[in-house]
Amino acid sequence: MVHKTTVANFEISHLRYLNEHSKLTQNLPTFADDKTLIELLRLMTLTRELDQQIINLQRTGQMGTYPSCQGAEAFSVGIGHAIYKDDVFCPYYRDQGTTIFRPQGIMGLLQYWGGDERGNNIDSLDQDLPISVPIASQCLHAVGVAYALQYRKQNRAVICTIGDGGTSEGDFYEAINLAGTWKLPVVFVINNNQWAISVPLSAQTACQTIAQKAIGAGIDGEQIDGNDVIAVRETVREAIDKARSGNGPTVIETLTFRLSDHTTADDATRYQPQDVVQQESKKEPIARLYNYLLATQIITKAQYEKMSQKCKADIDKSIEEFLKIPKDKATSPFDHLYENLPEALIDQYHEIGATK
Amino acid sequence: MSAITLVEAVNQALAYELNADENVVVFGEDVGTNGGVFRATDNLAAQFGNNRVMDTPLAESMIAGMAVGMASQGIRPVAEFQFMGFIYPGFNQIVSHASRLRNRTRGRLSCPIVYRAPYGGGIHAPEHHSESTEALFAHIPGLRVVIPSSPLQAYGLLLASIRNNDPVIFLEPKRIYRLVKQEVPNNGEALPLDRCYTLREGTDVTLVSWGAMLHETQQAAIELDKQGISAEVIDVATIKPLDIQTIINSVEKTSRCVIIHEAARCCGVGAEIAAQLCEYAFDCLSAPIARVTGYDTIMPYYQLEKSYLPSVQKIIDATLNIMETV
Repeated sequence: MVHKTTVANFEISHLRYLNEHSKLTQNLPTFADDKTLIELLRLMTLTRELDQQIINLQRTGQMGTYPSCQGAEAFSVGIGHAIYKDDVFCPYYRDQGTTIFRPQGIMGLLQYWGGDERGNNIDSLDQDLPISVPIASQCLHAVGVAYALQYRKQNRAVICTIGDGGTSEGDFYEAINLAGTWKLPVVFVINNNQWAISVPLSAQTACQTIAQKAIGAGIDGEQIDGNDVIAVRETVREAIDKARSGNGPTVIETLTFRLSDHTTADDATRYQPQDVVQQESKKEPIARLYNYLLATQIITKAQYEKMSQKCKADIDKSIEEFLKIPKDKATSPFDHLYENLPEALIDQYHEIGATK
Repeated sequence: MSAITLVEAVNQALAYELNADENVVVFGEDVGTNGGVFRATDNLAAQFGNNRVMDTPLAESMIAGMAVGMASQGIRPVAEFQFMGFIYPGFNQIVSHASRLRNRTRGRLSCPIVYRAPYGGGIHAPEHHSESTEALFAHIPGLRVVIPSSPLQAYGLLLASIRNNDPVIFLEPKRIYRLVKQEVPNNGEALPLDRCYTLREGTDVTLVSWGAMLHETQQAAIELDKQGISAEVIDVATIKPLDIQTIINSVEKTSRCVIIHEAARCCGVGAEIAAQLCEYAFDCLSAPIARVTGYDTIMPYYQLEKSYLPSVQKIIDATLNIMETV
């Protein structure tokens, strides 16, 4: 009989405060006073209103292909509420609820998905990276940004988001590996919504959790209930504080469910079992928090209806403004291609400038 | 001042700029303690500290992508790929992000990055260590592609590339890393980008090349001179953006052009130069434009690399062939 000794042991924790029946499973964390919980509910409601109105715009030909964030509201609003203003955000493309906290904002999102690069430059002092469409590539930007903050001895952190499918990419592994090796101030938050377009998580990895991928990089990994905005806000803030104080990176896996098509060009009924969708929709984040606040009389039905109407009015106003923005000039792709337009491109610049 | 090699000129430029600008950082595989496999970064970690000259984990996409993140915050990364043959895992980051960040943020963020890589054949290296794929990068809007051909150029063009606020693919012809020495004043003076260099003046034919092939091209020009043919030699040096005007001016004078590069012919940079000459200088051409290039095959292992690479004789033959055209 060969004798082997155990040289290392690992475990992955799971955190939630509010379960799918809107019942507290433990005492609330200190940040979660009534006012903050109402604000989180408002922001999730605003995010869903924005999402639905963008889909409506797409269906009426006023918006390009768009990835809905339904089911990701607690994930993204929890992060947005946890990030400090001077942190740097490296988003993927289903982060609408985080972006509304950042300088890009609602108008930037509308312009970006509306096919206008100016949506990535709403505020000239903004240091966030724009949404990264090539999967997981933002994870490497995040470690580069984190190096810059560490090199300058700034107590700031980088927050990078990614989907479950993205954690199959080499860039994700390379990024968490470097983050661990250099003890970088970065937090990776994974929206594990169970689907990478049509491919379920079971076809994506043999890992029992995605959080455990962090173990391979020698860094902390934890799993939380991503439909519980309280758990998201608490865990992400804790990881950010850890990063900002020089104690290294964290991987946070949030368990959610994509309650939408992948994008407006997708039809999820082709591959998502409808009984599973129905089951998962009962766990969704907005109703979960609302029912808790209603049951504990922190909010009334009338107050919530008023809040929802205000969210709708705010989004209506933004969209009205967005639709009035004239498109950029045809020469604009030349204006920011290089710092200065090379001589070799001047003829092309004039050629496109003459087109209508 | 003692004369130095091309790879020493690279080292001298890196040291100069690390000293001049605290935002400049150098990193890659084995660039720290070991000073790079070709010694391009020799002694830099000891001199500037290992928080500015860093050995990275072995991951090329990471090298390319972290540079984008660094640059977005005002760091000026000089990232080394150990060989051009290993740059491809980083291709996505270079093409999808480094080249695009300025445009997609409408100037809010930019990528003042230099991606250095030794490239080209002729050093008896294992497979994947000898290719010349500058055309892949020259095709990408938003990138610059720079290839020095001498120690003086390596110093001046690398300084210019580091100071430039756009991403530069800086390809170092490793076959001539130690071929010649030149006195290179360490005065911090950069050379202009976007300019071709006329290395030899002539009246009968224009020979256009870059990188290590200029060695053979200049030898061919000397041999042609002995046969009564006066060849002008142009070093493209900045492959992108291309200074076609200098080449047009030369061809207007000589009326003939031979383009020499060691990369494969199909869709090589020579094709772009030939196309632009046809567009803008067709009337003054008295012979078809000739190309002497690598073949459209896989770069062979080193036993056969000499037959793959353009030689002095091939350049002379191609030139004599178009000289016969009236």
